[in-house]
Amino acid sequence: MAIASKRRSTPLVLISSVLVLAWIVVAAFPFLWTLWGSFKVQGDFFSKADWMNALWGTRTVIETGAPFTGAGYEGAWIEKEFWRAALNTGIIVFFTVIISLTLGTLGGYALARSGYRYAFWLLMLALVFRAMPHITLVSGYLLPFFEWNLWGHIPTTIVVLVAINQPFTLWMLHSFFLNIPKDLDESAMVDGCTRFQAFRHVIVPVMWPGVITTGLFSFLLAYNDFTVTALLLNQENQTMIPKIASFLGSTQVEGNVMFAVAAVVSATAPLFVLILFFQRQIVSGLTAGAVKG
Amino acid sequence: MPHRTFFWFILPSALAMLLFIAFPLVSVIVQSLHVEHEQILVTSENCGPFGCKQSTSVDVEATAKLKDAAPLGRFNSLGTYMDRGHLATAEISQAWSTTDSWRAFFSRVMNLPFYKALAFTLAYTAVVTPLVILFGLAVALGVNGLPKLVKGPTIFISLLPMIVTPLIGSLILYWMIDADGILGKGLQYIFDDPALSLKASPLLTWLTLFTYGVWHGIPFAFVVFYAGLQTVPEETLEAAMIDGASRWERIRYVVIPYMGPLFVFVALIQLMDNFRVFEPIIGFSAQANASSLSTEIYGDLLGDNAQYASAAATSMLTVIGVAILLTPVLIRTWRDFNRKAV
Amino acid sequence: MNMFKTAALGTVFAVLSGTTAIAGCGIGAGNVSIIANDFPAIHAITDAAKACADDGLTVTANMTKEHQTLNAPGMSGNPAEYSVAVVANSSIVALLNDGLIRPLDDLIAQYAPDLPNVNKVTVDGKVMAVAFMANAQHLFYRADVLEKAGVAVPTTYEEVVAAAEAIRAAGIMEHPVALNTGAGWNLAEEFINMYMGTGGELFEAGSAVPTIENENGVAALNMLKSLTEYSNPDFLTFDSNATQALWEAGDTALSVMWGSRGAAVLDNEGSSEDVVSSTVLAAAPTLGGGATPATTLWWDGFTIASNVSDEDAAASFQAMMVGLSEDVVKANQDAAVWLNPAYVATPASAGVIASAEAGANPYPMLPYVGLMHSALGDNLAEFLQGSESAEQALADVVAAYTTSAKEQGFLQ
Repeated sequence: MAIASKRRSTPLVLISSVLVLAWIVVAAFPFLWTLWGSFKVQGDFFSKADWMNALWGTRTVIETGAPFTGAGYEGAWIEKEFWRAALNTGIIVFFTVIISLTLGTLGGYALARSGYRYAFWLLMLALVFRAMPHITLVSGYLLPFFEWNLWGHIPTTIVVLVAINQPFTLWMLHSFFLNIPKDLDESAMVDGCTRFQAFRHVIVPVMWPGVITTGLFSFLLAYNDFTVTALLLNQENQTMIPKIASFLGSTQVEGNVMFAVAAVVSATAPLFVLILFFQRQIVSGLTAGAVKG
Repeated sequence: MPHRTFFWFILPSALAMLLFIAFPLVSVIVQSLHVEHEQILVTSENCGPFGCKQSTSVDVEATAKLKDAAPLGRFNSLGTYMDRGHLATAEISQAWSTTDSWRAFFSRVMNLPFYKALAFTLAYTAVVTPLVILFGLAVALGVNGLPKLVKGPTIFISLLPMIVTPLIGSLILYWMIDADGILGKGLQYIFDDPALSLKASPLLTWLTLFTYGVWHGIPFAFVVFYAGLQTVPEETLEAAMIDGASRWERIRYVVIPYMGPLFVFVALIQLMDNFRVFEPIIGFSAQANASSLSTEIYGDLLGDNAQYASAAATSMLTVIGVAILLTPVLIRTWRDFNRKAV
Repeated sequence: MNMFKTAALGTVFAVLSGTTAIAGCGIGAGNVSIIANDFPAIHAITDAAKACADDGLTVTANMTKEHQTLNAPGMSGNPAEYSVAVVANSSIVALLNDGLIRPLDDLIAQYAPDLPNVNKVTVDGKVMAVAFMANAQHLFYRADVLEKAGVAVPTTYEEVVAAAEAIRAAGIMEHPVALNTGAGWNLAEEFINMYMGTGGELFEAGSAVPTIENENGVAALNMLKSLTEYSNPDFLTFDSNATQALWEAGDTALSVMWGSRGAAVLDNEGSSEDVVSSTVLAAAPTLGGGATPATTLWWDGFTIASNVSDEDAAASFQAMMVGLSEDVVKANQDAAVWLNPAYVATPASAGVIASAEAGANPYPMLPYVGLMHSALGDNLAEFLQGSESAEQALADVVAAYTTSAKEQGFLQ
C-alpha cells in the first residue's frame, strides 16, 4: 500500500517528518489558539493591548475572577439557544448528504457508463453550473420562493443545497464509477439482470468507499454554507453559521464575539468524532475512487 | 448504455440542476441584458425626526406604469457588459488614445473596477492553485509515510483549515496577524521591524490573502492526493526500485504520472473556487487593497440599492472567465472521453 | 431640532402626560410578521409585540442581519410574507422606490392620534414610517489625555488635528486618532459625514445628478486625510469593532464612533478603569468654520407593507406601537437613544443628542443615495493611501455612480 515504506533513507524520513510536523503546526495552531481563547473574555482573546493577555487571561481575571471562563459557551448554548441552530444544521446536513449522494450515484453511474457525446456535454454543463456564484443564484430564488410560499422552510433549503452541490457530486462520483471495471455490471446483465438490477446488486456493494468520500465533501459544503442558509431560512430554522454570524454584531451595535468563538469551537467537536469514525472509509474510499479526474 | 436507461438514471439529478441552476442561469442572462426603467422623480417636502427638508423621491405610480408595460425593464443589449463597471470598452479605448506610455495606459486601466478586480482574482488564482497542489501533494506524501497509529489524528488536524468556517477562521486569523496580535508581533520580531503591519500595504495584504488561500485549500488537495497514493500499484513501484530508481525518481516517474487525472480534478475544482475568491477579502477587511469579481457581485446585490443587472453581468463574466481558464482541462477530458468506447 | 430635544430629553413632561400601556393589548385578530435587524433594542420591541399574541392574533419576527436583502422580496408578493419591516433612513428607500410600504396616516389617526411629530417620517406629506430610535457618529475623547497634552476639548476638526499633533508631540500616543475608515461602507459614511459638515449637497436639487466634484468634496477628503495621518497605519481596515477595541485598549484619545457603541465603551467590560472614567462623549466636531456638526443623524423605524390586508396592517401597526410603548423604553433605557418621552438621557447618549441639538443633518433619504454610498466606498481608499489625487478620487466616484445610476434608471 504505502509507497515503498521499506528501505527509506534517514534524511528522507527526517525531511518528510519535519514537513508533516510543520504542516500540523500550521494547520492546528490557529484552532488550538481559538480553543484556548474561547475560555477567555473578549478583552483578552482579541486584545489590542498585549497579545499575551490571551495567555495569562489578565482581563478574564479582572472581569470574572478566574483565569478561565465558560461564559462564551454558556452565552451561546444557553442564553442564545445555539442548540436549536445545531439541531437545524444536523437535519439539513443529514438530508442534503443523503439526497445528494442518491441522485449523484445514479447520475454519476449513468455518466460513467454512457459513451454518447451528450454525456460529455452534460458533464461540461455541470461545470458551467458550478461556476455560477452562489449569491447570484440565491438572490434569484428570493422572489419566486416568497411568491410560492417556499421561503424559510428547511426542505426548500435542503433541495437548493442538493441542487447547488450536484455538479461537484456528479463529477466526483462519475470519476469513481469510471474506476469500477465495466465487466462487473456487464456480466451481470449478460446473466439476465436489467441495468438497474445490475446496479443494485453488483455496483452498490462495491461503491461505498467512493460514496463516503464524496459524502464528506457534500457534508462540509452543507455544514459550512452561509449564503444559502442565511438568505433562505427564517429565524426559527436558522442554522449554525448564520447564527454565529449574528453573534458578531453590526456596524452600529456591538456583538458577542466570544459567543461566536465558543460556538465555532463546539461546532468542531462532532466533526472530530465523525472523522475518526469514518476515517478508514474515507481513506479506503479515496483509495478506489476519484482517481480518474 | 441505451438512451432510455441513461435518461432514467440521470433524471433526478438533471431535474434538480435544471430547476435550481439552469432556469436561474437563463434568468440571469436575461437580466444582464436589461436595465431598470426610467425612475420618475418628484420633489416634495419630506420630514423625519431631525426636521423637514425639500427632497426628492420616486413617483411610485408613474414608475409602476412603466414597469407594468415592460416587466423586464429596458432592453440594453450588451450595454451593461460594456459599461464602466464591467468591460469599460469606451474608457479603455479613450485611455489607449490619450496615453503615450504603457505605464500610463496600464494605470488608467487599473483604475477601472472590473480590471482591478480581475487583476487580483487572476493573481490569486495563479498563485494559490499551484501552491495548493504542490503543498497538498507534499503533505500527502509525508502523511503517507507516517506510522499507522498517528495517521488518523494527523488526517483530522490536516482537515481543520477546511472545517472551521471561514467566517470565524478568518476573523481569528485577522486578529492574530494584527500588529498587536501573536503572529503580527512574531513577524515584527523576526523581521526586526516594530512598524511592520500586514494590513497597511497593498503588497503585504495580497501576500496575506494568498497565504490564507493556500492554508485553506491544502486540506482538499491533501485528501484527494492521499487517497490517490493508496492506489499506486505496488508492483510498478517495486519494479522501479529494482531498476535502481531513487525515491525522488519513483515519485517523479511513477507516482505523479499515475495520479495525473487526480491533478486534473484538483486543478479544476481549485481554479474554479479560487476564481470566485470572496471570503478572505471580507474576513481580512482587505477591500482597500483587493477586490475580486465575487466581491463586486456582493457589492452590487447587498447595498442599499440592489443592482441586479450589474450583478448579473458580472456573474456571467465570471462564468465565462472560469470557462476560459478551464479550457485546457476540458480539452483533455474530451480526449479521454472519446477514447472511451460506446 | 427642537422636536428631537423634547422627545429625548423631556422626561419630566413625559411623566405627566405619558399614556399608560394598554393591558392585554386589545388588538383584535390578524397576522403580524416582522422582518428586522438583529440587535437588542429591536429584540425589546418585538418581544413586547409578541406578548400580544392570542387566539386571533399571531405575531412572528424574523430578525436577521440579512433583513435588508430579504425585506423587499418578502414584501413583494401578494399577500406579502412580512407585514412589518424595520428599516433605517438608508434602507427605507429601497422599499419606497418600489412602492412596497403603505402610508400610515389612517392608522395613526385611528390608533395613535397622539403620536408626536418627532416619530413621523413623512414623504410628500404622507407618513411612511414611525421612527423610534436615533443614532449618529460623534466624538469620543479622553479627558485625561487631553489634559496631559494641555489642549482644550476640540469642537472643530481643525482643533482635533491640532490636539492630535499636541498629543503626539507630547509623546503620549503616536496614533491618537481613529475613525471608522475601513474601505467600503464605513469609509463612504465618513466622507458623507465630513461633506455634510462643509455644507455641500451630494446631488443637484430635484435630480440624481451628483455634485460632489467641488471644493467641498476636496475639503472633506483632505480633512479625512489629515485625520488618518494621526491614525494607526491600518486605518483602511477600521470598522466599529476595530475602533472600539483600540479605544478600550487605551490606544486612542480622539475617536469618531457610533453613538450606539457608547454604552459598550462605557461599561467595565474590555477596558481598564482609567480609560472608562475619562471617556467623554461629545457632539461631532464642525469643519472649515461651519456651524453644522460634520456627521449624519440616523433613525430606525418601522414600516407597514402595502400588500397585506387592511386587517393585518391594522394589527401590525398596533402591535408595533405596543412594542414602542413607554414600558418597553423604560425597561430598556440603555439599549438605544429612544425617540420616546419616557427616555432618560444617559452619558452614553450624550454625543448623539449633542450632535442633534447642534443641528446636524440627517442621512439623506434619497432614492439613489445607496448608489452614491457604494461608489464612495469603492473609490476613496487610493486617495487616503496617497496614490491618487483628491480630484481624481472624486472623478472616479462620480464615474462609478453615474454608471450605476444609469443602469438603475435614475440618470438618462
